[in-house]
Amino acid sequence: MREKKVQSGYNFAFLDEQSKKEIRRRMLKAVAIPGYQVPFASRELPIARGWGTGGLQLTMSLIGPEDILKVIDQGSDDVVNAVNIRKLLVLTTGVRTTEDTREATLIQTRHRIPEEPLEDWQILVFQVPYPEPLRRVEPSEVKTREMHAEADYSRLWVYLYEDIVRWGEITIGAQYPVMVNGRYVMDPSPIPRWDVPRLNMAETLYLFGAGREKRIYAVPPHTRVEPLQFTDYPFRVEDFRCKQCALCGSVDTYLDEIIDDTTGARRYICSDTAYCAKRRRLKEEAGENA
Amino acid sequence: MPNEEPLLKVRGLTRIFGSGCSKCTICTGPMAGTNICSQCRSIVACADVSFDLYAGEILGVVGESGSGKSTLVQCLYFDIPATAGEACFKPYKDGKVNMLACSAQEKRYIRHHLMGMVYQNPHLGLKLDFTAGGNIAEKLLTAGIYHVGQIRRRAAELLLRTEVPLERMDHLPRFFSGGMQQRVQIAKALANNPPLVFLDEVTTGLDVSVQARVLDLIKKLQRELGLTMIVISHDLGVIRLLTNRTLVMKTGRVVETGLTDQILEDPQHPYTQLLVSSML
Repeated sequence: MREKKVQSGYNFAFLDEQSKKEIRRRMLKAVAIPGYQVPFASRELPIARGWGTGGLQLTMSLIGPEDILKVIDQGSDDVVNAVNIRKLLVLTTGVRTTEDTREATLIQTRHRIPEEPLEDWQILVFQVPYPEPLRRVEPSEVKTREMHAEADYSRLWVYLYEDIVRWGEITIGAQYPVMVNGRYVMDPSPIPRWDVPRLNMAETLYLFGAGREKRIYAVPPHTRVEPLQFTDYPFRVEDFRCKQCALCGSVDTYLDEIIDDTTGARRYICSDTAYCAKRRRLKEEAGENA
Repeated sequence: MPNEEPLLKVRGLTRIFGSGCSKCTICTGPMAGTNICSQCRSIVACADVSFDLYAGEILGVVGESGSGKSTLVQCLYFDIPATAGEACFKPYKDGKVNMLACSAQEKRYIRHHLMGMVYQNPHLGLKLDFTAGGNIAEKLLTAGIYHVGQIRRRAAELLLRTEVPLERMDHLPRFFSGGMQQRVQIAKALANNPPLVFLDEVTTGLDVSVQARVLDLIKKLQRELGLTMIVISHDLGVIRLLTNRTLVMKTGRVVETGLTDQILEDPQHPYTQLLVSSML
């Protein structure tokens, strides 16, 4: 692996050192102002914008030769986006990779937070398609920035109110808007509601990068992250009662619904495939020992 | 009025569109007969406007198109920044600070918590793609009420007061008639029980019977809630019906002030005389 890095002919982690330095500086600002979107000069990469280039640039700027890398897409390590990003990073850095959440020092993710609890020595990097939580109520960037500056979130609140009036509850599934540190409303990237409570008062540093939209933001450890909710309509996560993973039997993880094309049968499996596999392995071992 | 402090104290309020120069205020005004400065071609929309407004009072501002009456109210409601002048508002820090010089956040607070505005055109005051209830909710949410049940109760109460049928609460004002849009706008303006409400030409553009109903409504609300209002109109009939005291404006200046009855019965300034004599 190490030799391959030399052969690649690129600088370590693809980006030049000046770019990495600039992106790290932006990240420091983002950490200093939790939830605030810091603009940055998004670089050209050998991956098209909108395919995880924001998260990728953060990872490239953070990664060192000693890091152990995990890349996931919707919870899975083996989906094409994750595989290609991992390949590029390995080619240009030669770092060790893993599928085990508990082993990785740096995790790049698209649309999920791994099921296993993260700790303070780990960093989770999110790929963000739309960083602006106010975009659904205000198309103008100039205006949304003004709204953030003045903490004027009434229009988003009205949107949520009307959702309740029309449908009886808030219909936003993924990308649920959250209030960070009591100041900025933030888009947590399209993670399911299931993952939103895990942003609150976490041990880990969460970094968000939007390459196409050229924004970086962050939730530092031990920061309050509250989903926007009404007193009489509290926030709730997806309901998986009476359902369990068809592979590992888990009842406390976020499940994907799989519909069989031929029979039409529905079944549920863990969205975090690495965790599902680990549980099955542990179960088997326990079975052998017994 | 013994030991009573005004609710709103405005001194020397000026708004100039354009670069402005030292001669602007001298070259314009009723004497010059224009509000365009001959030196720098800036438009002096209103200049040196001063008045006191007491709690529970309704002040009328009357004048022809372009006399600066809307600019005056837009400056006080922070829709546009004032070029110069002071305004002290009793409910905000006990009237000790000039609210025109406040930060954007403070202005937003005053505007949303302590004031209400009803524009001539409902498109300005309402978000037509939010429901009628949602529009009222916006004001309440800004004031930090995050309880859907409470919001809906308050919205229903306001719509009832402003005579909007409750079954239209969850409909879009886009599809309402002009008069009903105007009543929703009034309900929205009153949502937080603001100490001060601005009414900018509220009945202009409505047909006469609807006009009468909206005016009746405003009078009723004023009587029941003891509202303090600034009413802008070019229609002396509206001014006579609603207001206690009146400012007459021409080319950006106040040319006459006094009790409404007095101004209508015994106008002093030639322009006011012209206005009164041309009343239908």
